[in-house]
Amino acid sequence: MEKECIDYLLHLADDSLILGHRNSEWCGHGPVLEQDIAITNIALDLIGQARNFYQYAAQLINGSQNAGSSKTPPLDGGFGGEVSEDTLAYLRDRHEFKNCLLTEQPNDDWAKTILRQFLFSSYQYFLYEELQGSSTPQIAAIAEKSLKEVTYHLRWSSEWVIRLGDGTKESHQKMMSAVEELWKYTGELFEATGYELQAASENMGVDPSSLKTKWEQKVKNVFREATLPYPDKVSMKTGGKQGDHSEYLSHILADLQFMQRAYPNSEW
Amino acid sequence: MTTDQINKEAVYKYLERVNDPEVPVLNVIDLGIVRDVILPNEGEIEVVITPTYSGCPAMDVITMNIRIALSMWGFKKIKITQALSPAWTTDWMSEAGKQKLKDYGIAPPTPKQQVCNENLFAEEAIQCPHCNSWHTHRVSEFGSTACKALYVCDDCKEPFDYFKCH
Repeated sequence: MEKECIDYLLHLADDSLILGHRNSEWCGHGPVLEQDIAITNIALDLIGQARNFYQYAAQLINGSQNAGSSKTPPLDGGFGGEVSEDTLAYLRDRHEFKNCLLTEQPNDDWAKTILRQFLFSSYQYFLYEELQGSSTPQIAAIAEKSLKEVTYHLRWSSEWVIRLGDGTKESHQKMMSAVEELWKYTGELFEATGYELQAASENMGVDPSSLKTKWEQKVKNVFREATLPYPDKVSMKTGGKQGDHSEYLSHILADLQFMQRAYPNSEW
Repeated sequence: MTTDQINKEAVYKYLERVNDPEVPVLNVIDLGIVRDVILPNEGEIEVVITPTYSGCPAMDVITMNIRIALSMWGFKKIKITQALSPAWTTDWMSEAGKQKLKDYGIAPPTPKQQVCNENLFAEEAIQCPHCNSWHTHRVSEFGSTACKALYVCDDCKEPFDYFKCH
């Protein structure tokens, strides 16, 4: 199995895992009980999707190791033996994660959390829609399954962007600040990396730049209803998909990976 | 006992004793998650299941409970595989399952699904499982588990779960 294919799967998995983890931080802290439950349900869906991608990546890595391929990606940590979904989630270091910077941004307030979800779900919705036609049956199957879940995420987060944007003066102001803080991370979603282009050329994956127009249209429609001005061009921050992350990811991994790092192979 | 006389139909019937741990009135057959049963050789069985939601924590428990049930029945070699495609839909839930849900106080998924799309602020007309009124409204798109939404009845004022369309 080519390294690019594994990287592509890890990228899809990491996006879902990291955003899922961020959302899970709201557990017990949501503004009202129903929305606490909603955001943690979304976290659960995303972590479930990540598991499906990690499991498939692990299967491919193990397969190519057994076949003695020299193209196996080096997995740091020296855990040797069989790779599993857990080794991929818990034992890779910061620079090996391939999630977009948007997904690792801190929750801060509810407005920012909602907007992050909306910007990402809009992207993921169109991505999975295309991935359903992947030439790799397992990727197509995961996309088909996940798209149903993301449809709910997109609807829920769109409604919240409108409710807050077109709400009170204070809620509108908070949405404006959230747009200001998060917009610079949206460019990366559509900037194709080498492994995405490779995956797209094999019809296994999608060139994300092809999703941009649909995404912009969706965001424009919701922003218009939310009385939020569509932002002007800004200089975009990128690098996450290549492993170049903000310090926020380190904090997430310290939390997420602590148990497996401190007590290897612990189970409950 | 020996398992050589067991056929597929008997397995489906037998699996009716394995319940969903989160919605205990439903068994795995009601839910429509058992997609296939393969009986290759004497004492061997493979059950193909599909998850309701990607991250549903009940799936691991359900897998274990199917395994336990089959081993108690006498199977020696049990394989449980997961198929993601075609993706599970509430259309696969049995009519008996829908009635059981209603009796339990959970509104069953509507036969004609209205809002399985990304359109905004669309509301489905959901019947209250307690007083049968259609005057209900949605409190939250997400309920106590991934498969449910939270509603409240405007007539009898009771809150209730709706097993949402998927």
